[in-house]
Amino acid sequence: MNLHDLIVNCIRHATANVFSTMLGVEVHAGEVRVENGAPDANDGVVSLIGLAGSWTGAGSISCSPTLACRVCSALLMTDSTAVDEEVLDAVAELTNMIIGSVKTDLEEHLGPLGLSIPTVVFGRNFRTRSAGNADWMVVPFDWDGECLQVRLCLTQTERDARPNLQVASHACTVDV
Amino acid sequence: MAPDVLVVDDSAAIRKILQRVLRQTGMDIHTIHEAGDGQEAVELLKLHKPALILTDINMPKMDGLQLLAAVKASDAWRHIPVVMITTEGGEAKVGEAVKLGAAGYVRKPFTADQIKEKLAGILQPVLPL
Repeated sequence: MNLHDLIVNCIRHATANVFSTMLGVEVHAGEVRVENGAPDANDGVVSLIGLAGSWTGAGSISCSPTLACRVCSALLMTDSTAVDEEVLDAVAELTNMIIGSVKTDLEEHLGPLGLSIPTVVFGRNFRTRSAGNADWMVVPFDWDGECLQVRLCLTQTERDARPNLQVASHACTVDV
Repeated sequence: MAPDVLVVDDSAAIRKILQRVLRQTGMDIHTIHEAGDGQEAVELLKLHKPALILTDINMPKMDGLQLLAAVKASDAWRHIPVVMITTEGGEAKVGEAVKLGAAGYVRKPFTADQIKEKLAGILQPVLPL
């Protein structure tokens, strides 16, 4: 299995597991795509978390404000109708659990990885982009007509780290 | 009087979920104290005597493993069971936590039943279920 397929499988498994365990919801993955270069502008919530070690990169989750409120309501058993601190915290924790699970699964193949604390951005017409020539694996999930996208990007930082698994180098920045 | 529990996580969402799960377990708990990082937890430990600590690992200022080490290095606190509840499921982190004296390890995402099952094995003498 190449790194692309490994990451996609890990994202599918981790996302489905977190949603079913913590939110009591079954979500289904859509068609996977690879993004390179300037992504489309975002309207909504984006949560980013860094990965570091012999491989480095980032993971992110993006969704509409409606879906962010739905996540918060299901996770905390509240009735969230507008994006506030509680909603952003819920999305951040969702990111932590999904990307954290992906990280743990990837560690079996890539060695130990560190995980940063999530950063959440909420706004309109903003872009997240890679400073390097990065490929992002993007896996969309549907929850009753609303789309949540899980992205992950990894690059090898040490010459001796599993030479058969390679993706482009990157660093993550946010343009608002 | 029923004992206290200390929940340590930088996510308010997880603290809220753990509050709910702990209340659902049927354990006789007096107060559930909350801290957003290890430093806050240490300050709370100076004021209260919880019978149990549930802590995340990845937190700012002082992480969960540093908190665990501080608890186990203290004559006043080392008897308190510390359960790690974290996304960090790798063998290295689990091994480090066990080596430092963690009483248990629960990986996020978790169910209420998983928390209850884990605590039952640790707390039967302290917090009757």
